[in-house]
Amino acid sequence: MSVIYLLITISIIIAIGFFIAFITAVKTGQYDDDYTPSVRMLFDDELLKSTKKENTVEKIEEINLEE
Amino acid sequence: MSKVMDTQNCFHCGLDIIKEDEIIFDNKSFCCNGCKTVYEIFSLNDMTYYYDFEKSPGATPQDIKGKYDFLDNESIVAKLLEFQENSTAIISLNIPHIHCSSCIWILENLQRLQKGISTSQVNFPEKKVRITYNPEVVSIKTIVYLLSSIGYEPYISLENYETGNNTVDRTLTYKLGVAFFCFGNIMLLSFPEYFEVKEYWLDQYRGFFRWLIFALAMPSFLYSASGYYVSAFKSIRSKMLNIDIPIALGIVVMFVRSAFDIIMDYGSGFFDSLTGLIFFMLLGKMFQIKTYSFLSFERDFKSYFPIAVTKINTDFSEESVPIYDVEKGDRLLIRNQELIPVDGILISEKAEIDYSFVTGEAVAIEKKSGDKVFAGGKQIGKVIEMEVLHSVSQSYLTQLWSNDVFQKNVEQKHKTITDQISRYFTPILLLIAFTSFGYWIFIDANIAFNVFTAVLIVACPCALALTAPFTFGNVLRIMGKQKFYLKNALVIEQLSKVDTVVFDKTGTITTNKKSNISYEGNLFSEEIKVLIKNALRGSNHPLSRMLYDYLPEAKKLKVDAFEEITGKGIMVQIDNHQILIGSASLVKIIDNNSIQQTSVHIKVDGQYYGRYNFNNQYRDGLEQLFSTLKNQYQIKVLSGDNDGEMETLEQLLPKGTELVFNQKPEQKLEFIKKLQQEGRNVMMVGDGLNDAGALAQSNVGISISENVNVFSPACDAILDATEFQKLNYFLQLSKNSITTIKMSFALSLLYNIIGLSFAVTGNLLPLVAAIIMPLSTITIVSFVTVMSSYYACKK
Repeated sequence: MSVIYLLITISIIIAIGFFIAFITAVKTGQYDDDYTPSVRMLFDDELLKSTKKENTVEKIEEINLEE
Repeated sequence: MSKVMDTQNCFHCGLDIIKEDEIIFDNKSFCCNGCKTVYEIFSLNDMTYYYDFEKSPGATPQDIKGKYDFLDNESIVAKLLEFQENSTAIISLNIPHIHCSSCIWILENLQRLQKGISTSQVNFPEKKVRITYNPEVVSIKTIVYLLSSIGYEPYISLENYETGNNTVDRTLTYKLGVAFFCFGNIMLLSFPEYFEVKEYWLDQYRGFFRWLIFALAMPSFLYSASGYYVSAFKSIRSKMLNIDIPIALGIVVMFVRSAFDIIMDYGSGFFDSLTGLIFFMLLGKMFQIKTYSFLSFERDFKSYFPIAVTKINTDFSEESVPIYDVEKGDRLLIRNQELIPVDGILISEKAEIDYSFVTGEAVAIEKKSGDKVFAGGKQIGKVIEMEVLHSVSQSYLTQLWSNDVFQKNVEQKHKTITDQISRYFTPILLLIAFTSFGYWIFIDANIAFNVFTAVLIVACPCALALTAPFTFGNVLRIMGKQKFYLKNALVIEQLSKVDTVVFDKTGTITTNKKSNISYEGNLFSEEIKVLIKNALRGSNHPLSRMLYDYLPEAKKLKVDAFEEITGKGIMVQIDNHQILIGSASLVKIIDNNSIQQTSVHIKVDGQYYGRYNFNNQYRDGLEQLFSTLKNQYQIKVLSGDNDGEMETLEQLLPKGTELVFNQKPEQKLEFIKKLQQEGRNVMMVGDGLNDAGALAQSNVGISISENVNVFSPACDAILDATEFQKLNYFLQLSKNSITTIKMSFALSLLYNIIGLSFAVTGNLLPLVAAIIMPLSTITIVSFVTVMSSYYACKK
């Protein structure tokens, strides 16, 4: 049994794996809106910052209460 | 804020601030209270990041009191929702104001502004937001009010009431995915065959490689290419030879011969070319589809009409009812800025009705008690009451949609250029195939079979089929960038065939954004001009606003008293001067205006001066557009108005232009039909709902739109009003794209001849086929792209 059968089989299986991933991506609508996610992605940093800020405010309030 | 600036822009919406109205809050200046309030809401919730992404991204919130009362009616809400369960409901709302990244951010953080909203997701290209909320905590009405209060008023129309969940058709994407998967893998596996190395291990595994290629070609052949078989079958049945017949024939013959080769162990077959061909042709199809998701080309009156209207019951209680339930004899309440959904009789004393959706006419029409009011008008000013004469489907305007043009779904009005060519191509191809078969059969039966199949394979009009999609796809994008949005690629072909152009008058060749104002009467001093300007400042009547903008800038004076008499005009007191601006009855003169013309009279301190006349303002560059168009096209102008402007129009338009006045919507449609019966290819350019019939009937219906996001009736193309003068350029570009296609056809026929010369002599090796096929594809695609872009740059 030659190794070539094994290698080709593996390569085809991997290709099919990617193919299935593509089909599911299309099916779940990931290709329907190709603009908004690219913008949404940039919000994350800023959102973290704002929640942190809120947390610190709360903490400060807690500290004040403790005092 | 001591810095003095000439013009200052509102921090929220970016509009110029009138110095007197400036509101300073939190060290930022705002143009009005509305904008300030939105800022306050955002800053209270720690959401001022909104202003970081884009400079002044907001819109001033509009007054919507009572407008969405119908959202209390549960049966109406149920029709709008996408999904509903006890504690979860999902709604998709169309918000025309969505335009930048700030909008996405604020709309996706709605849950921070309102309890009960769990998530919200924006679809930017479609200008929609999908909100998931808990109906037990928050009502949809509250959400709509919240959105409106931050300047994102949703657009809810009758259209939303009927459409259920529409599924997206993604078949082409799947087919393309399958085709690419098969093509890529087969190409890799074919490499050993290309070099034909007589090596031991290659010989040993040849069978394995070939059978694997065969297996991989199956999905592409059976699934991806299935559209071509269906189309070919349909065209044979309807006895019309389209391009899909030689394509399907080529694909099937290629598959059969390759399968035969592999099974009999004659060679490797043409599976690499076959799958490549299918992939490229599907790619062409994909490229041709360019959709402007935020535009709708299928709009009818439903997109304009409200879902519900307020009905006054016999016991004087008010109730929201869906407009389909409105019956003859009902009493309706129409608020400021609300659309009148049915024909009826006015009960209230007076109404100012703006018919700009319907006719394109900017100036509101005054109606008195007992007058007929027609569906499609918008009430401006006070709340009015009316009695219904006809139900929605029987109203004057909506009746238009019962015409045949709107009933049948015209799949393809005309033959495409590709199909025209293939009418000759297919018979010639079959002739060559059979002749060479007949020649070789006497020499060698085996070669004869090979030659016959080789001819059909190599002549498979792949390049021919790719030409039109890639040219049109490219032109579609070029035009889209210049704000001319086409419904699909077929429209370009239709545009190039046009020989008659019919224009609507009001709203199409005139603009409703500004009026041409002229003064008639005694001249007055500068001082009085200043008084008039100041008097007008407080009035919100459209005529006052137009006149205010028309008058030169003047210093601001303090207004002592201001009174607006609905339907009449304004009475203003400034520095002991009494100023009357308005209708003839207000200034107590007898109007001797012979032609019907909108005008405003001026009386200061008891002395009558004269009147300002509001004439239609024709679009910039109109005269020049007509003078270039007249060389190649017959121009006609249709108007729903009276012939008051005939003289002005005749001066403006080239000699011999046919002008038709007093046209009802159905008459416009008939006019186009008559021209078509005379054998003309008609392009209709219109704007309002009253042109909808003519737009649908014409070969190409173009709708001119001041704001492409909001209003345009069903049509083939939408043109942004600012690009109106470029109409001739677009027509020429579509003609040139047809020339490009013809040139490219010649080129691809050349490839076919070269390929055929290999085929008929019996020399078509898989390698030759594998070279010719992609080479022709690439050159054709790049040729048409370069050519169409070149024509687009040429003005």
